[in-house]
Amino acid sequence: MSEQSTFQAPAPAGTIQTLLRKDWRGLVLPLAFVLVWWAVTTLGLVNTKLIVPPADVVTTAYRFITGGTFFDGLGASLWRDGAGFVIGSLAGVAFGALVGVSRWANRIVGPTFHTFKHISLFAWLPLISTWLGQGDVAKILFVALSAFYPVALGTLEGVKGIARAQLEVARVYAFNRWQLLFKLVLPAASPQILAGLHLALIYAWLATIGAEYLLAKSGPGLGDAVIQGKAAFNVPLVVFGMLIIGFVGAFFNQIAARIEARLLRWRDVRR
Amino acid sequence: MSSFNSATASLSLQDADVAVPRSTGQPTLAARLLGAWQAAWPTLRRFLLAWPFPLAIFALWSAAAHFEWVAPQVLPSPETVFNTFGDLFNSGELRTNGVISFNRVVSGFAIGASSGLLLGVLMGLSPTFKDYVYPIFRAFAQVPSLGWLPLLMMLVGIDEALKIILVAKAALVPVALNTLKGIEGVPTRYIEVAKVYGFNQWQLLVRVVFPAAFPMIWNGVRYGLTHSWLALVAVELLASSEGLGFLIVYGRQLYQMDVVMAAVVVVGAVGFVLDKVLATIETRLLRWRHDAF
Repeated sequence: MSEQSTFQAPAPAGTIQTLLRKDWRGLVLPLAFVLVWWAVTTLGLVNTKLIVPPADVVTTAYRFITGGTFFDGLGASLWRDGAGFVIGSLAGVAFGALVGVSRWANRIVGPTFHTFKHISLFAWLPLISTWLGQGDVAKILFVALSAFYPVALGTLEGVKGIARAQLEVARVYAFNRWQLLFKLVLPAASPQILAGLHLALIYAWLATIGAEYLLAKSGPGLGDAVIQGKAAFNVPLVVFGMLIIGFVGAFFNQIAARIEARLLRWRDVRR
Repeated sequence: MSSFNSATASLSLQDADVAVPRSTGQPTLAARLLGAWQAAWPTLRRFLLAWPFPLAIFALWSAAAHFEWVAPQVLPSPETVFNTFGDLFNSGELRTNGVISFNRVVSGFAIGASSGLLLGVLMGLSPTFKDYVYPIFRAFAQVPSLGWLPLLMMLVGIDEALKIILVAKAALVPVALNTLKGIEGVPTRYIEVAKVYGFNQWQLLVRVVFPAAFPMIWNGVRYGLTHSWLALVAVELLASSEGLGFLIVYGRQLYQMDVVMAAVVVVGAVGFVLDKVLATIETRLLRWRHDAF
């Protein structure tokens, strides 16, 4: 079934016809939802303190965005997310490659690694915050940890999947250590590494929000803003924050999927 | 490079050694002992080598606690943690909270996974349904579970319903997505063969589509359970008065890191057990795959 869809002729772009031909049915449910939301709040069928009218969310969003704190918060969150993601993924690739390539490393740290991965991510947060405080260091470390596991697991899986024949070819070419790493191991493992990075991007964002909820301070941050909104029972702000969190998550997901597809184009080529 | 070499070297050495007793026809006792030793050695070595690293960390931890390199409120000694673990276990606190968390995750997961399965099957089998529902489902799936939390807390309060809903959401998304992908990925030739055999719709579904999609669906189920557990611990940390997550927060607030660490160990153990149970079920259910080859 999926095969058929890939062979569909691409629609000509930029004409009214494409707009008409585009599938709008996916919008039916969301529009119906907003309509019902609007209707029940306007008709006063529900407690409008709890289920606020859609218009309130829009005005709150406008005030929040123009108030200036929004971009500070978003920036702070993205900085934590990005820094943690980069640190965690680099460590993950390094660890995964080492444990995948070296039997001894695998024998010595592998079992410990596979045991620790079972500890639910958020259980680490109270420990980390005790040791490192409630500031950015603790949050970034936590985000890094959340990114580390999927990347390390993906890299490990990818390196383990390299065929012996490929290694033998590299030997024939007398590759040195670095050539082996950068011309064989990492490229051959790249599909799994990228899959791990994609997962890590999602986890890192989840961890950023979680860390900001749990270690909420008066400082800037999207999660902090939402938690403060919740404390002040500012429902429109919470709804808006949730939407932004969702948008950022969806954006990361799209980016990752695009990059993955682009970098892995070589796989489609028949060898 | 050296590690690659040593890997091949050890492999070829073992091959040669094992071949010796086989060639003599009647193996001597020494050869048989050698063979047994060589058969047992890799397992034994794997077991032995797993310990130095955790033991080194443990020694470092003990030393740090013993010489008070860090304050004991921040890093309690291993024996304190061990004793606390025993106390919490004997007083039943660990068990009560563990059982509460376990029940929450199981019921939330059951609700989420079954509705995810239903949703995935409907989307996989009916293109019309998929056209209407899939876009909003994707949007829904991309908001992280924690994004919903504050809103849900205001809408349904911080009672059991909150936990069950979030845990169910965490399980629903991967199960539904993988079910959809699994069903869409069933090779067309399987369906063609089934048509040749004159299968009716029901037979096609139960005997071809589901078995073929099963590994993918089960993958989603395993992911879903992991996510459920992750979500539950997070909710319990944020809004709960019982459960393992609460125990962690409670210990943290009282600066009793021994309680926190003991609870973290249990969180890890429950996650481990949940995953192992599903892995065991998987190998059982997928035995037919091995039979085929």
